[in-house]
Amino acid sequence: MQSIGEAFHLALSLVLSGEADLYEIVGLSLQVSLSATLLACALGLPIGALIAVSRFRGRGLVLIVMNALMGLPPVVVGLLVYLYLSRSGPLGFLGLLYTPGAMIFAQTILIVPIVAALSRQVLEDLHAEYAEQFRSLCLTRWQSIGALLWDGRYALLTVGLAGFGRAVAEVGAVIIVGGNIDHLTRVMTTAIALETSKGDLPLALALGIILLVLALGVNAGVQSLRMTAARQAHV
Amino acid sequence: MSDLPITAVPPVARPRDEAVMKRPLLPLRVSGLRLASGGAALLDGVELSLAPGGCTVIMGPNGAGKSLLLKMLHGLLVPGGGEVSWNGTPAAQATARQALVFQKPVLLRRSVAANLDFVLKARGRDRARRDALLREVGLLHKARQPARLLSGGEAQRLALARALATDPEVMFLDEPTASLDPASVLVIERIVAAARDRGTRIIFVTHDVGQARRMADEVIFLHRGRVAEHSRADVFFPEPRSPAARDYLAGRIVL
Repeated sequence: MQSIGEAFHLALSLVLSGEADLYEIVGLSLQVSLSATLLACALGLPIGALIAVSRFRGRGLVLIVMNALMGLPPVVVGLLVYLYLSRSGPLGFLGLLYTPGAMIFAQTILIVPIVAALSRQVLEDLHAEYAEQFRSLCLTRWQSIGALLWDGRYALLTVGLAGFGRAVAEVGAVIIVGGNIDHLTRVMTTAIALETSKGDLPLALALGIILLVLALGVNAGVQSLRMTAARQAHV
Repeated sequence: MSDLPITAVPPVARPRDEAVMKRPLLPLRVSGLRLASGGAALLDGVELSLAPGGCTVIMGPNGAGKSLLLKMLHGLLVPGGGEVSWNGTPAAQATARQALVFQKPVLLRRSVAANLDFVLKARGRDRARRDALLREVGLLHKARQPARLLSGGEAQRLALARALATDPEVMFLDEPTASLDPASVLVIERIVAAARDRGTRIIFVTHDVGQARRMADEVIFLHRGRVAEHSRADVFFPEPRSPAARDYLAGRIVL
């Protein structure tokens, strides 16, 4: 086993070498996690907005459950999705198990509660500001939700970012439903786990470095968008 | 009297009955209007009636219940007791035919033009009217600017344009010129007066006696949640009947 310094050196060389296998893994990671984030936003944002503008009996309980679901253990989600997608499961006919589709499915389930709960908080604050004006204008609930989602778009980027962060960093769900199959379902986190267990630290570290750079890059991009919006007084 | 939190809001109803929609909103009759919070009476049996046309200014010291009354007339607050009847139509069903300009305008996080586009589209109005409305309030040259960068006076003018975009039969204004400079005050008064001249019924809350003199056809003076005086402006200002109104106009503290 190399020293940490040697491992870092080799890792950087790997990153800079443009090795095809490495970037195939990175590409699949991004494809799976971005797809899951987009799907989770498509589902979670309207749910969050609907709860933000609605008052009903049992709302407090719904909020507690929603917040609790943010901490869903990935391995449990992976196991449940596995049961659903396995041949004998209710969605077995889709033939998704051990495909990127299954990984997207699992990650979407994992981050929908995060997107819904965080967007509910963001939009509830915005709604507190707009509610009386919206009532005076006699907007329908859906018109109000549409306006809140559009006006809260820059704040909601951070919510999407939180979802993406959770998706791209999780390993438990994707390794169960994806199987970590080389050239098919191997993503950064599962590859890191595998290479570490094999003692191939440079590759694991190289992937770790890329994962960190990606996380920083996406964060910087979203932050820059928010700052641009703030300069234009849209936030 | 029921004791309601003042944030209690009813669902705003859109009237579906064609006959109700065609019937004029005025005259307004308010009887026994009450609201209490924390055991204190905020409105204590308000009785009033308003005829069509003109501008009614509601005055009174802080805490007299002016804004609460306005929101109840507009159907945004449920009274704890009493009745608001717009020519037989309950307040909650009359909201869509009215507009309220708040003291602090709430503008969407969009451009000036997009703020108007949103309302015109949401209320099924002709979006081609946008530029005419912006011209009327003197904001056409700022159409592409973010609404949140407008000055206080400009923001209030945009709120007025938004209210006018809904073609209200009744327009409520809750201290729309508070903390604005004199020039902005006059511009807003001119826009409101033009709306009144086109037939929109104006109900205007203000603390500014000078403004009330310029705008009012009649004055309602509220004191301690009751109508202390309701008279024509040319009667109210020279000879206020109630002691509270006399003290208020004389600049004395009214408790």
